[in-house]
Amino acid sequence: MTEATQTSTDLADLFPGVATRDERPGYTGAIVPADQLIDFARTLRDTHGYDYLSSVTGVDYLPEDKMEVVYHAFRSAGGPAAVFRTQVSRADPVVPSLVPIYPGADLQEREAWDLLGIRFAGHPDLRRILMWEGFAGHPLRKDWQETYYEEDGKPYKNRWPDGQVYRIEDKQPVGQNATFPEAFDPERWIPETETALYAGLARGGNGGNGHAIDTDTIVVNLGPQHPSTHGVFRMVASIEGETIIDLKPVMGYLHRNHEKIGERNTFLMNMPFTDRLDYFCSMGNNFGYALAVEKLMGIRPPERAEYIRVIMAELTRIVNHLATIGFLLNDLGAFFTPVIYAFGERELILDVFEATSGSRMMCNYFRFGGLARDLPEGVLEQIRELVFERLPRRIDEIDAFLTNNEIVRNRCIGVGVLTRDQALALSAAGPMLRASGVPYDVRRADPYGIYDRFDFDVPVRSNGDIYDRYLIRIDEMRQSLRILQQAVRDIPDGEIQTGKPQYQVRVPAGESYGRVENPKGELGYYVVSTGKPNPWRYHVRAPSFINLTGLGLMCRGHKVADVVAILGSIDIVLGEVDR
Amino acid sequence: MYGLGIIRGLGVTLKHFVATYVDDLRWFFGRISGASGGRYYNADSLTVRQGSQARGIFTVQYPEEKLPVPEEFRFLPFLVYDEDAEGNRQDRCTSCGICAKVCPPQCIWIVRSNDPNTGRPIPEPTEFYIDIDICMNCGLCAEFCPFDAIKMDHDYELASFDRMERHIHNKERLSKSAAYYASIRPVNYAREEAARAAKEAAKSAKAETA
Amino acid sequence: MPDELEKGIPIPPELLNTVAVTTLDKVYGWSRRNSVWPMMFGLACCGIEMIATATSRYDFSRFGMEVMRPSPRQSDLMIVSGTVTKKMVPQIVRLYNQMPEPKYVMAMGACASGGGPFKEGYNVVSGIDKYIPVDVYVPGCPPTPQALLHGLMKVQEKIDGESVRTVRWYRPELSEARPIPVLGPDIFDPRDVETLKNPPSPPEAAEAEAVSS
Repeated sequence: MTEATQTSTDLADLFPGVATRDERPGYTGAIVPADQLIDFARTLRDTHGYDYLSSVTGVDYLPEDKMEVVYHAFRSAGGPAAVFRTQVSRADPVVPSLVPIYPGADLQEREAWDLLGIRFAGHPDLRRILMWEGFAGHPLRKDWQETYYEEDGKPYKNRWPDGQVYRIEDKQPVGQNATFPEAFDPERWIPETETALYAGLARGGNGGNGHAIDTDTIVVNLGPQHPSTHGVFRMVASIEGETIIDLKPVMGYLHRNHEKIGERNTFLMNMPFTDRLDYFCSMGNNFGYALAVEKLMGIRPPERAEYIRVIMAELTRIVNHLATIGFLLNDLGAFFTPVIYAFGERELILDVFEATSGSRMMCNYFRFGGLARDLPEGVLEQIRELVFERLPRRIDEIDAFLTNNEIVRNRCIGVGVLTRDQALALSAAGPMLRASGVPYDVRRADPYGIYDRFDFDVPVRSNGDIYDRYLIRIDEMRQSLRILQQAVRDIPDGEIQTGKPQYQVRVPAGESYGRVENPKGELGYYVVSTGKPNPWRYHVRAPSFINLTGLGLMCRGHKVADVVAILGSIDIVLGEVDR
Repeated sequence: MYGLGIIRGLGVTLKHFVATYVDDLRWFFGRISGASGGRYYNADSLTVRQGSQARGIFTVQYPEEKLPVPEEFRFLPFLVYDEDAEGNRQDRCTSCGICAKVCPPQCIWIVRSNDPNTGRPIPEPTEFYIDIDICMNCGLCAEFCPFDAIKMDHDYELASFDRMERHIHNKERLSKSAAYYASIRPVNYAREEAARAAKEAAKSAKAETA
Repeated sequence: MPDELEKGIPIPPELLNTVAVTTLDKVYGWSRRNSVWPMMFGLACCGIEMIATATSRYDFSRFGMEVMRPSPRQSDLMIVSGTVTKKMVPQIVRLYNQMPEPKYVMAMGACASGGGPFKEGYNVVSGIDKYIPVDVYVPGCPPTPQALLHGLMKVQEKIDGESVRTVRWYRPELSEARPIPVLGPDIFDPRDVETLKNPPSPPEAAEAEAVSS
């Protein structure tokens, strides 16, 4: 808490006359007027060293008739956040875009436009990103209700004591959760096509490569249904022969309205929904959300719970990296043998998750102030066997199997390069950032839980190509094993929950940003509470989503086959990209 | 030599391949000598083949062999009723509604009726529905039930041809006996029974002293 | 070999050991049920459990299903695994239309069956059976690989029960393609144009619901 107030004091002191301290109870950071935002951000980045913009969130304050955009910036050398925000009127919200200064704000500002209707002046390509062009309305606004709307906040009163069961689609005229504007005539309506999307693609000139023959560029859609196992993700590429000239990602095919549902849920109800964000790393997702709410509540879990949290988070890291390496090799063409070897080990770790939390993937294990239940009999032994005996050998075997393979080396070295400056500017996170030479790991830079007690290295590589991202993941698995061995050795006995388990959690008013180093990158949760049982705003800073900002840049000049491998090396999961 | 990396990698694959046969032979000799029941179709070998000592083929031969689920496994909820010696059922559920309030996707519907004579609510659910096409198997209902009345089941073989008729489970479909609950979750059952006995003992001790 | 066949079809005694008799339905069903090729169609978290079913621990190649084709033209079974969103539904229906007969659809998971925990979302469709016919529903969130294998065995059971004389694709009439929903201000099905142009006022809607239920 003291560091946060220091930062907010710093910002208001560093920028006298421009930044005013945010005086709302529970809020940190400074308020910057919209017209001075760009200069403020430039000075913050250049003079004060906050070169990494992590999160851009739009918030709708309907009662005060304001729209707010909150920014969290960090120093790549480490340290707490610089939180600043700008407030505009709700009737016509226009905020200057920070893309010229922090290009990583690109996709996040498009999301704020799509879901909240905040227009960003100066954004290079302000189109909808998660919903389709032509959708009526900005769904995350507080006054926007879908057809299946029942009540403002859960629990719904009609479930008990007089719960007459129904299927909600039976109550709608077309059995759909669809809202249409007044006097909508489907026969006369003209569809909006994707002209803006295709027009934005750069096309090469004919014969522009110095070829003697006049060549033509064609536009190809990769996805949303495709053999790569990453999910429903579409890429629109303009190619000349086999070479990519420009590539744009299109997402939103798995947009499940996590944030809107999150505002309707109570705080505890959100926990199982966070499992479904990055569905490989459910323990990590739970961890981030628990941290964010615990910051607001001002509580910390007991010692044993902290150790178990670290054990679960690091096992999740191994699970995720095994799956990623398997899928990367799948994308390179080694169809399925590396996946099978990797998933075999993953199954053993999932057995541990199933024995502890009840489910292989959707763990729902963390609670505010601790964990749902203690480790059952024999599970610690299982973990000990895995961590000391089986996993080190298997990771060495995967290393021997794949790392010096000539095909892997030829296809991965020098492909999809993201330089150090590009990675920082594009807000890349996690292995993508560290493979490009930036030694930023949230567990070191801004430690949470008890990570400052463990002795581990942060692996960094400098080339920023696919091969480095693969090597980083092998290194990180080895470091996770180191942490696990220390945690399993040092875990104390004791309680696993601070206070009594409650389903109606009292969360004081305020905002908080809880971040963890998820295997895919920095996962952040921005939670605004007004003291009610339901959060006012609930936003997820998804690493896969923001890592995709650099996809077009990395793919230019490579072949179509390389695009698939580059996508595999970024390691996206659609549950997180689309939320 | 160019290609050495590929050859080494193939060596790893060859090692896995050979290990499957070596492992089969090990089990075969074990079965002949009587030390074990053979590689497949018995529960003891399944535990060894699926634990961290697993070598060789890692497959579970479903449906002839089913990998047993751990105690904490949660699939769909079920209501627990106590059955006494005569076979009379007593629902543990008092229709307090906490599970309906805590369910994240709100898939539980409970009807609680009032006793027509006294006008007070009857501590039994008149109707209890769960829509399993909405349930997310999170287990919060079981975690926060104060009466140990709703617990998470282990039965996962629920595929069906028609969902409109069958996927809203009513109270009849959801009720299973406490003996069943003890068989699937012995450790939890023992702990809860001990807690219940302790509470009974404390209550009777207080009643005696009062 | 069932006795009634032996009794029904007279086989000369000298040929008894060299001839096996069965029905066309049984051979037809047996060959189809043991080589169902699923379409690689993982939408969300259930897709990962589907991939886990394909890997070595649960291995549905024991059922003949390891050939997971990404192309709908070459697949028999579409396993819709994951939440069906409005943005994705036109693609799913298009893929369904592109699958050649005989084709089956399995709704894996709570989301594909009936919207799942995300049912109230503005971008979520409450179940894929609103647009394409579903043969088997596998509940769970996500269904464990063993539950999915049980569901696949149910598909096999359904295939076993089909007879060459009564299957849909050998009838003289042409199979119709499913109409593809349109993404307008919100999603609508071209079959619902009349209802959308003249939406019923609320008392009428309640009446219509009372009549239909």
